[in-house]
Amino acid sequence: MSTVKIPPVLRQAAGGERTVEAKGANVGEVLTALCEAHPAIGKQILTSDGELHKFVNVYVNDEDARLMQWTDTPVGDDDTLLILPAMAGGQ
Amino acid sequence: MKLSPGLAETIIVHAREEFPNECCGLVAGRDGVATRVLPAINTEGTPFMYVMDPREQMDLMEQIEDSGEDLLAIYHSHTRSAAYPSKTDVELAFFAEPLYVIVSLQDENTPVIRAFHLERSAAEGEQITEQPVEIN
Repeated sequence: MSTVKIPPVLRQAAGGERTVEAKGANVGEVLTALCEAHPAIGKQILTSDGELHKFVNVYVNDEDARLMQWTDTPVGDDDTLLILPAMAGGQ
Repeated sequence: MKLSPGLAETIIVHAREEFPNECCGLVAGRDGVATRVLPAINTEGTPFMYVMDPREQMDLMEQIEDSGEDLLAIYHSHTRSAAYPSKTDVELAFFAEPLYVIVSLQDENTPVIRAFHLERSAAEGEQITEQPVEIN
């Protein structure tokens, strides 16, 4: 299982955990497993269509997953993912 | 949120430095009292949008957490509109706990600072709740 680092903003949704373990062969599968285990996180980071919100960043071992294969990026037991919702807006 | 005049001025100066583009940053504090303003980079660099640099965002959030402070607010400027959340501000408000502080430079001689709790998943009409900003 991969390790997912939970930033403070999502910690309450993860039951207060700083890190959680989630199973999956790629980023998408890990995030699906995470959101199934912690539906409150899914509410925060997924769109109403169940897609990862485009303003949510995911890092795999500190590398931007969007610059890799995004949700198809393969991950294993030694990998650490970080979910980071953007601070963004506009007038 | 309580904000000293000096910290309020730091936010206003940042907004003026970035004008006509939007600025953004964080406010750290304890028990609702601001202790520090941490300006950040708006990677969009436009008058219409702000997106904080994600790595800087993470670094600043960790700095605040490591120092035992709270993330009191995320601030940004509105350079041509009032200090009130736009539809985009609400749609992209992933952070339910910290306040969203908006500094408006619509009237350049009279900057206005207001703060809001934003809940993007709340029903329409219940997404924006203004919170008092006490500057003294």
